Amino acid sequence: MKELIKIGWQTMKKPSAYFSLGFLVVGGFIAGIIFWGGFNTALEATNTEEFCISCHEMENNVYEELKTTIHFSNRSGVRATCPDCHVPHKWTDKIARKMQASKEVWGKIFGTINTRDKFLAHRKRLAQNEWERLKANDSLECRNCHNFDYMDFTAQSSRASKQHSTSLADGDKTCIDCHKGIAHQLPDMKGVEGW
Amino acid sequence: MKTITNNLVKTLLVSILLTTSVFAAEKHVATLRGEVNIDTQVKPAAIPKVVNEDIKQTRNYPMQPPVIPHKTRNYEVNLNSNKCMSCHSRTRTEESQAPMVSVTHFMDRDGNFLAEISPRRYFCNQCHATQADTKPLVDNDFIDMHTLMKSKESAKKH
Repeated sequence: MKELIKIGWQTMKKPSAYFSLGFLVVGGFIAGIIFWGGFNTALEATNTEEFCISCHEMENNVYEELKTTIHFSNRSGVRATCPDCHVPHKWTDKIARKMQASKEVWGKIFGTINTRDKFLAHRKRLAQNEWERLKANDSLECRNCHNFDYMDFTAQSSRASKQHSTSLADGDKTCIDCHKGIAHQLPDMKGVEGW
Repeated sequence: MKTITNNLVKTLLVSILLTTSVFAAEKHVATLRGEVNIDTQVKPAAIPKVVNEDIKQTRNYPMQPPVIPHKTRNYEVNLNSNKCMSCHSRTRTEESQAPMVSVTHFMDRDGNFLAEISPRRYFCNQCHATQADTKPLVDNDFIDMHTLMKSKESAKKH
């Protein structure tokens, strides 16, 4: 093992004996494009709704529940897909979230939520993960579409405009504090703040 | 003998009157279908808007369950959660400024007060309903007690 590493290191250390510098530079550049492009394409492919609901755990539970809500069907036809709310848009945050999501691959392989009953048993923990994430980033994924600066309080109902112009405006509350369970059904809410 | 026949005539008359009135009523029942036959598809009317003004409405009689003056789309009321109670429960009303559910809702059927809302009052929509902005199918000639008492009093005076 040690010998192998030694040989490898020495090969890497030596200057190239057969390939020209031009070939290495251009070749490295092209390989870089292919590698980086491929990486990003693969990343984006995992960032689509088709990918999410290719697992029955997502398609039969959370996706079915989303279908009845305003984030799926509404008067203007704008809709949110899974990654719009569950994956950050900024690259560094996205990579961080994707690394966390490798745990979900583990869950998929070992069938942690592969039946409805198992899913319901885990639902509170899963929901709490998302609530905590959105609370920590000040409901960033909501705000990607619902921009506070452009909210017209006069177009809102009196109750909504009162809440938004006070608690939300002064940063006391963030979207997820009140808008829990807007896209999926709620878990047992016993002990959850505000319920 | 005379009284028996009298009674017989009376019951006959009453039954004839009743059946005719039932037939008459059947012809003029107002339905959402209107005058369309049962075997033809009716073009459904547009779904009315739900009143969302947050303004309390008068109750027509003291025991009427108050109507809901706001939208309740996608409000979950089930084993896991009760969205209504996240504003209308005793502990939540200070923050929400929503009216607290009446104390009768804490009573079981024997009149004992429970610490939490009674299971028999858990499903809000059994009694409380949102209001749609529509014209009623039939005119309502319900007169509440106060109006009735007032009209009687004024009739006495004259």
